[in-house]
Amino acid sequence: MSLRPTTVTSYAECSARQRLALLLDAGSFHEWLPPAERVTSPHLAQLGLPCAFDDGVAVGRAALEGRSVFVAAQEGAFMGGGVGEVHGAKLVGMLRRAVRDRPDAVLLLAESGGVRLHEANAGLIAVSEVMRALLDVRASGMPVVVLIGGANGCFGGMGIVAACADHIVMSDVGRHAMSGPEVIEASGGVEEFDARDRSLVWRTTGGKHRYLLGDCDQLVDDDVQAFRAAATRALDQRRPLTLTALEAEHRLLSARLAAAHDEADAFELWRRLGITHPEQVPDRSVRDIGVWVASRRKEVA
Amino acid sequence: MSMAPGVDVLDFELPGSKAVAAFEPILVGVVGSGNLEVLLEPQSTPTCRFQVETSARGFGAIWEAVVRDFQQRHSLSGVQVSIHDMGATPAVVALRLAQAIAELPRAQP
Amino acid sequence: MNWRELCRALFGDRHDVTEDDELLRGSAHFDGDLLDVLGTTGHAAIGYAMALRQARAVLDTIATHPGRTIVLLIDTQGQRLRRHDELLGIHRAMAHLGSAIDLARRRGHRVLGLVYDQALSGGFITTGLLADACHALPNAEIRVMRLPAMARVTKLPQELLERLSVANPVFAPGVENYLRMGGLASLWQGDLAQALRRSLAELPTEDRRAQDGAERGGRRLAAATVQRILDAA
Repeated sequence: MSLRPTTVTSYAECSARQRLALLLDAGSFHEWLPPAERVTSPHLAQLGLPCAFDDGVAVGRAALEGRSVFVAAQEGAFMGGGVGEVHGAKLVGMLRRAVRDRPDAVLLLAESGGVRLHEANAGLIAVSEVMRALLDVRASGMPVVVLIGGANGCFGGMGIVAACADHIVMSDVGRHAMSGPEVIEASGGVEEFDARDRSLVWRTTGGKHRYLLGDCDQLVDDDVQAFRAAATRALDQRRPLTLTALEAEHRLLSARLAAAHDEADAFELWRRLGITHPEQVPDRSVRDIGVWVASRRKEVA
Repeated sequence: MSMAPGVDVLDFELPGSKAVAAFEPILVGVVGSGNLEVLLEPQSTPTCRFQVETSARGFGAIWEAVVRDFQQRHSLSGVQVSIHDMGATPAVVALRLAQAIAELPRAQP
Repeated sequence: MNWRELCRALFGDRHDVTEDDELLRGSAHFDGDLLDVLGTTGHAAIGYAMALRQARAVLDTIATHPGRTIVLLIDTQGQRLRRHDELLGIHRAMAHLGSAIDLARRRGHRVLGLVYDQALSGGFITTGLLADACHALPNAEIRVMRLPAMARVTKLPQELLERLSVANPVFAPGVENYLRMGGLASLWQGDLAQALRRSLAELPTEDRRAQDGAERGGRRLAAATVQRILDAA
């Protein structure tokens, strides 16, 4: 067996379709409402914007290591991955079909600013329909796995949708939060959040921070194959939504709030988690962060 | 050229001689700022049809030049090229078109 | 109409809803049943803490009042815009609140939302918009974002957005548009107690909003697109 170094393909730099092609079993993706069917947004032309043949999301069924999955991949480059009427309906359709057809899992390659403001009201209602449909999938016994690794991150209503999943995989390039830094800066000024301070933005919303906090389940490098492996591991990791589970989540989130001291920055929060040199976290490899978290989990257990 | 409110919609149809074997629709590119997506589909007439929807208005003459240049080089027959554009430069347009036709099956003899 | 007047109109003096730092909580007698009431007032900004406070109330209802209907009274300026809330994971707190409401519905609690003053996107996306149905008072305000901010973020001229707002339900803020698009089940006119009675009787068990949007003409593609995916090969 020859040991050739494999080239790493950046997940962040791939389009949604490239991610699907490289992450799923080769040739297994069967798309519903493919581009040629032209199910596009009726709301964009009046704003002087071109539409996209797939309205920024590809949905369909596929295989992952031979397991059946239903999948959606959002295209962050089109309208920031924002959810409009058609885009949202494609997600809802895929999720409702999952409840009916029962694949092994649902996979969501999320990259979105949330509600597509250009379709305002339709987008907001659509996002909540997606949320309900996702929770229906979980309630019917299938895991929903979300991958977050695009340059645009996963924000707004989609940030909440993604947090409703069983399992979240992030890369250190990915970001997961609610309001984007620009929106917070526009509202509260640069002292509240300097949106141009990339290091600050990633400390606050990026994959490493989320993983250290426990907001995501796996942290991987910006590598499509790493995401594939992580998604495969996640296929059997359901978190049933019971009252017991929600009470445990409530205790966790309440404890986090109680321990919070209005800290100015993630550094202080990481220090309180037990990291002796929090200022080194941004430069540490994903692997090092993973090793540290694993060792902490053993300590706590 | 029709003036849909907000975006330019341009249609061209040019004769071509090189028929292509049957193919599934081909999509390349993404509609983002300075970018475009190109969809190739088979169609029944011995021409190459182009439809362009673009947010960059008033560039009809440039699109025509790009399209004529493309068809002069490739002389496609029985192909429909549909484009959604958000202000790509002619160089990027040419690149996407080249990427798209690179995925066409070999022409019939 | 403030929350006190609203509760009086709905329940007379047969309720014990109180306000504690912008959170409304209590129970009410209605048509021989007890309801749990949960909501916000003062155009509350929903931050990490407020999301948890609401989730706690929903979990308490599930744990201690099996089968009891929950009425959500909504008045919010939207999500809290603070770096610290993002740092702590406000998105996760919001998802937790939404999951709690969803669990309540699955455990047989009917959940009805009423926007009685304001509702802006993140402030009610995991409450009213996850209820079995959401209603509104006719002079309530519902919007995703104020137009100047929307113009800034989209880089579209405000005048264009204002012009489109006049006739287009997709932009125009307003309860009539949300009704037309299926986001709201109805507007409560006249006798509010009677409207509550009717709304409770008509609470759907499935998400009817895309269908309503199609029937009312405000969202003509959503339901059809969902159906096409269900029917696709």
